[in-house]
Amino acid sequence: MLTLDRLDKVYKTGTFGTSDLHAVRQVSLDVRRGEVVSLIGESGSGKSTIGKMVLHLLDSSGGTITFDGRDVTSLGFRERREYYRRVQGVFQDPFSSFNPIFKVDRTFETLRRSYFPRVSSSDWRGRLEEALGAVSLQPGDILGKFPHQLSGGQLQRLLIARALLLDIDLLVADEIISMLDASTRIDVLNLLVELKSRGLGILFVTHDLSLGNYVSDRVVILYKGRVVERGVTSAVFDDPLHPYTRDLLASVPHLDRTWEDVEAEEAERSANLAGRCLYHEALAAQGRAFGEEAEAADGVPDGVGLVEHTPGHFVGCFRLAADDDCPAA
Amino acid sequence: MTATQPTTGPGTETADQAAVAAAPSGARAGGDLRETLYFALRNPKVLVGGVVVLGFLVLGLVGPSFLRYAPMDYAGPPMAPPSADFPLGTTTFGQDVFAQFVAGLRSTFLVGVLGGAVAAVIGMTIGFVAGYRGGLIDELLNMLTNVVLVIPGFVVLVILNAYLGVRSVPMQALYIGVFSWPWVARAVRSQTLSLRSRDFIDLARLSGVGVGTILRREVAPNMYSYLFMTFVLLFGGSILTAASLDFIGLGPTNAMSLGLMMNQAVQWSALHLGLWWWFVPPGLGITLIVGSLYIMNVGLDEVFNPKLRET
Ligand SMILES: Nc1ncnc2c1ncn2[C@@H]1O[C@H](COP(=O)(O)OP(=O)(O)OP(=O)(O)O)[C@@H](O)[C@H]1O
Ligand SMILES: [Mg+2]
Repeated sequence: MLTLDRLDKVYKTGTFGTSDLHAVRQVSLDVRRGEVVSLIGESGSGKSTIGKMVLHLLDSSGGTITFDGRDVTSLGFRERREYYRRVQGVFQDPFSSFNPIFKVDRTFETLRRSYFPRVSSSDWRGRLEEALGAVSLQPGDILGKFPHQLSGGQLQRLLIARALLLDIDLLVADEIISMLDASTRIDVLNLLVELKSRGLGILFVTHDLSLGNYVSDRVVILYKGRVVERGVTSAVFDDPLHPYTRDLLASVPHLDRTWEDVEAEEAERSANLAGRCLYHEALAAQGRAFGEEAEAADGVPDGVGLVEHTPGHFVGCFRLAADDDCPAA
Repeated sequence: MTATQPTTGPGTETADQAAVAAAPSGARAGGDLRETLYFALRNPKVLVGGVVVLGFLVLGLVGPSFLRYAPMDYAGPPMAPPSADFPLGTTTFGQDVFAQFVAGLRSTFLVGVLGGAVAAVIGMTIGFVAGYRGGLIDELLNMLTNVVLVIPGFVVLVILNAYLGVRSVPMQALYIGVFSWPWVARAVRSQTLSLRSRDFIDLARLSGVGVGTILRREVAPNMYSYLFMTFVLLFGGSILTAASLDFIGLGPTNAMSLGLMMNQAVQWSALHLGLWWWFVPPGLGITLIVGSLYIMNVGLDEVFNPKLRET
């Protein structure tokens, strides 16, 4: 449904826009209907930037975004309006997502004015209460309040409810769980699973691996704007290949295994993969001289390219940042 | 100029508790304005400032119909101190100071409002568009702003006035307005720039709302008190510029203004002769009007910002 192809984003920074910050490097991924794809990466890895480009809030610097077979990389105002009927987002910072001087109701009112001008007040009220119920909020506790009178978790769930008011196909959810406590977190996660079963595709942005594991069908691991590994969740989590993914997973506590087990398993994997690079090995197997830094077959540079290690499990060169050297070189 | 931040006004947190009242219940969509008014009328600063400004305005508007003498009539004995017949005394020529004051109020308000409005409209439009749009449009508008900013406005006004001649107050206000907008544009631009990156703007865009609506409904309301403050300064600035022009003999020839009164008082050595009733009322009038607007603005900051409203 949603396909990103070699998407790039360069921020101009510095006083005169002189220095470039390559925040997203040739990211390719896709989200299908009824599927949750987690975008996992540490702070500053470019997750929100990708989310905002998908939502058309930021212009991309290169690459394409395709939605249902249509190129939506650049849209006019009208097309964008139609796009937003089907694609919505929830932002990372709920406090800045509401205009501080207005009651939270106004956010919904804006949506209504824009997309449902003909829906009657009572009808709308019914829909609103249903949407709030879905994120386990009591309309009476929430409506008529100012943003600073509500908690981050409440605001974040309001934003989810807002997205639900439109009959969307794709939701970009940027760290939507991070502000919630354990009990509401489960409610919202279950809601996502239910939405998924109704055919909604979700791009789930998170820095929390266990959350990524819990909800997603596939994961994309991002490091400094570059996809280092991606694939079916179980494949990536059971057999992490890239050094960065391995580091990341080694730091996550497992409920079903002791620390020693995990440690031992990771030590074995590290020993096995040390000084190697599966990406270049795969390319070598395809007949390209090992260590040859030429462009790969489809024109993707080695720093950002991926190879299919096992079916549905892709891994990039074992270097960390795109500009580093390959450890096997 | 104190920078009034649009969202969090530090320092005023301890603001008067009088404004801390329960919001009227049942006010929903459409009740926003009513609620603002409700808090505005319970804020002593807004109330006091508003009453003073309104008082002068009413005096200027209805006063002339109760006067027995025209401002320039030689109505009574020269240099008479305030009395029952002449509440503010008379000038060296026996003109009624009160009649002049009332007439002066009118043109002072007119020049302030018109000049302020012209500058505000130009400055805000340019500031909003430049700040929100960014890029090339921003650069072009910035260039225009800087050009007008470095033009010595007062000198141009003097030249314009001398060549074209200013006969009426509205004309004077227009000239003043056209040269006093640049700092407004810069201030509004930088505020817009900082608001633009907030997520609620993005959320409005996700609601399929256009640029104009976003500026009007999301950006501008966050700056209401700032915009009002801007207008106060423009208002005061226009009045003072007009007075300076009047002072050097380039004022409107067919009207009386508070600036013109002071200028005449000084010209005929009222200070020297101890005719305080001639120069104190116009000076005090200008000070009170501008000062009250400023106090109102501080109060309005509390009204517009719900964070300052409740504890
Ligand atoms: N408007 C901007 N101008 C310049 N650089 C930016 C801008 N927005 C983000 N960046 C930079 O781009 C990089 C990626 O930022 P992004 O917000 O996408 O990270 P993130 O993965 O969402 O991190 P987090 O988990 O902290 O939200 C960061 O290095 C950041 O400093
Ligand atoms: Mg982010």
